Amino acid sequence: MKAVMKTVTIAAVAATAMISANAAMAEGERYVLVSHAPDSDSWWNTIKNGLALGGEQMGVTVEYRNPPTGDLADMARIIEQAAASAPDGIITTLADFDVLSGPIRNAVDAGIEVIIINSGTPEQAREVGALMYVGQPEYDAGFAAGQRAAGDGVASFLCVNHYIAQPASTERCQGFADGLGIDLGNQMIDSGQDPSEIQNRVMAYLNANPDTDAVLTLGPTSADPTILALDQMGLAGDIYFGTFDLGGDIVQAISDGVIEWGIDQQPFLQAYLPVVVLTNYHRFGVLPGNNINSGPGFVTADALGLVADLAGEYR
Amino acid sequence: MSKTDATVDERIKETSKLRKALIRPELGAIVGTIAVFAFFIIFAGNSGMFNAQGVLNWSTVSAQFMIIAVGACMLMIAGEFDLSVGSMIGFAGMSIAIISVTLGWPIWVAILLTFALCIAIGALNGIIVVRTGLPSFIVTLAFLFILRGFTIFFPQLIERRTIIGGISEAAEGDWLAPLFGGKVGGGFFIWLGDLGVIEVFSRGTRAGQPVVDGIPMLIIWALGLVAIAHIILTRTQFGNWIFAAGGDAQAARYVGVPVNRVKIQMFMFTAFCACVFATCQVIEFGSAGADRGLLKEFEAIIAVVIGGALLTGGYGSVIGAALGALIFGVVQQGLFFAGVESSLFRVFLGVILLFAVILNTYIRRIITGER
Repeated sequence: MKAVMKTVTIAAVAATAMISANAAMAEGERYVLVSHAPDSDSWWNTIKNGLALGGEQMGVTVEYRNPPTGDLADMARIIEQAAASAPDGIITTLADFDVLSGPIRNAVDAGIEVIIINSGTPEQAREVGALMYVGQPEYDAGFAAGQRAAGDGVASFLCVNHYIAQPASTERCQGFADGLGIDLGNQMIDSGQDPSEIQNRVMAYLNANPDTDAVLTLGPTSADPTILALDQMGLAGDIYFGTFDLGGDIVQAISDGVIEWGIDQQPFLQAYLPVVVLTNYHRFGVLPGNNINSGPGFVTADALGLVADLAGEYR
Repeated sequence: MSKTDATVDERIKETSKLRKALIRPELGAIVGTIAVFAFFIIFAGNSGMFNAQGVLNWSTVSAQFMIIAVGACMLMIAGEFDLSVGSMIGFAGMSIAIISVTLGWPIWVAILLTFALCIAIGALNGIIVVRTGLPSFIVTLAFLFILRGFTIFFPQLIERRTIIGGISEAAEGDWLAPLFGGKVGGGFFIWLGDLGVIEVFSRGTRAGQPVVDGIPMLIIWALGLVAIAHIILTRTQFGNWIFAAGGDAQAARYVGVPVNRVKIQMFMFTAFCACVFATCQVIEFGSAGADRGLLKEFEAIIAVVIGGALLTGGYGSVIGAALGALIFGVVQQGLFFAGVESSLFRVFLGVILLFAVILNTYIRRIITGER
C-alpha cells in the first residue's frame, strides 16, 4: 500500500506541474474551442495553431477540445462540459444541427458567448443564438470562383461532386455556375467516393462532352483522381482546372500548372479571428456587424511558396 | 466420519470481518474512486466541475459507460468478450433512425424491433462462439466490422448520407421514447433553482429556468441495470452459473450448469445493454450517425477491468464495473475542468488502467492466496 501511495503522490505532483503550467497563461478571459474532428484528422492542426496564436497575442486563455473518435454525441457532451466550466466564450463547429443545437443553445442561455466556425451555416448560427459565423459560405465561395473563371474565359464546366448527399457540396457547384452566369444543368456529376470510379466518370464525361472548358473538383477526394484522368487524356494543363481545398497532390498539381487555383477556406482564420473578436467584445463591447468569411482564399502557383512552407502549420 | 480440527473444510472455515471486506473484487475500484474524487476536488474544486451542470455532465458520461460496462462485466465473468459493442451502438441507432424516419413507422415500433434485432445478433454471436469453440475475441471482432459496415452502407444506400436526423420529431408524443430520452425530477430542480441552490438560465426563451432541468433517463437506466445485474449475480442461482461458466466451464458442465445457454444469454444481455445505450442516445440527440459508438467496446472493457474483473472470467463484480465506469467518466470529463491538455487524456487513461490492473492483481493475490 505504501508503494501505491507513493505512486499516487508522484502522479499528483506531475499533474500539478502540468496544470500550473497551463494556469500560468491564465489572465483574464478564457475561451474554449470545440471541434468535431477526431484526433487523427491532421487538417485541424492548423486550427489548433491559430487558436494558440490568437490566445497568446490577445493575452487570454484558450483551450482546444475534440471528441477523440469524432463521435458527435461525445462532442455534445464536451460542449455541455465546456458550458459547465463557465468560460467567457465557446467557439464551436456545428457539424450536426440535431445533435449540437441543444447544448449550444443551453450554453448561450447560460450567458456564454458562442461563435460558430467552419461547419454549419450563418442561418443555423443565428438560430442557436451565436454571436456570428466564421467560415466559408459554400455558395459565395463557388460564386467567387465562378467569377474568376469567367474572367479567364470559361463558358462551360464539369463539377465533380464526390459528396452529393451533402447540400453544401451542391451549393459550391451552383455558386460556380451562377458566377459564370450559366445554368448548372447537368454539368454536375455524382462521382462517388471511389478513386478509380471518379477517374472513369470524369473521363467518360469529358469524352462525351469534348467542348467542356473547365473542371471543378470539391476537394482532394475528387481532385486527385481527376488529375490522373486528365493526365491519361492528355488534357492536363490544357483544360482549365480549379478545386476546393488543398492537399499534397493538389499543391503539386498547382505548381505543375495542371490546376489553376485551389480554394483555401483558411482554417487558421476560423480559429484565430473568433478569439480576437470575443476578446475585443468582452473588453470593449465592440463587435463586427456581420459574419466573417474566412474564405475563399485562392491559392495559385505564385502564392505557393508560403503555402508549401507553412502547410499543416498555419495553412 | 467426523473431521479433526486440522482438516476443517475450507468452505466452512471462519474468516475475519476485515478479511471478508477485503476479499471483494471491487476493493480496487473503491480505492480508485476515492482517489479520483479527492484528486479532482483538490485540483478542480472551484472550476464548475461540482456545480449542478458539472455534476450532471460527468454523471451522464459515467452512466453511458456504466450501461455498456454492466453488460461487458456479466459477459466477462461468464468467460467471454464482446468487441462488437461499439458497432452495435452505431447499428442500433441507425436501425431506429431508418425504421422511424425513413420508413415512417411509429418510434415505439422502431425501438422494439431494434431491441429484437440486437438481441438476436447477440444470440448469434453467442451461438457461433459456443458451437464453434472459437475465441469470442475473434467472432465478435468479425461482428465489429460487419455491423459497422452495415451501419455505413444502409443509410448511404437509402438516404445517400451517413447521418439521419429528424428522430426528435418522430418521437414527439410517443409513449415509449420518454422511457429512454426523458428526464425525471423536473419539479425538484425548478424548486432548487428558485431557492438559488443551482443556477438558472440568464437569458433566452428559458430564462429563469434551472440550468439542470431533470435527471436524464440514461442515468436511471444505468443505476437500474447495475442494481438488477448485481442482484442476479450475487443473490441467485443463475448468478452462480455465470461465475461457474466463466471459472471452469468443464467443471461447471459436470455439475449440471447449462454453460452454453448461460454464455449465449450473456451475449444477448450485452447486446441489450448496447441497444439501451444507442436508444437513449438517438432519442436525446435526435439523429443517428454511422460513426456513433466508435471504440466504445474498449471503453466498456476498460471500465470492467478497472472494476476488478478477471479477463479470464469467473471473477468480478458489477458494482466494481460501475465504479470503474464512474472513474472513467470522472477522469475523462474532470481532466478538462482541471485544465489539462486534452491530448493527455489517453496518457492518464493508460496510466490509470495499468495502475488499476496491477493494484487489483496484487490485492487478489494477497487475499485469495493464489501463487
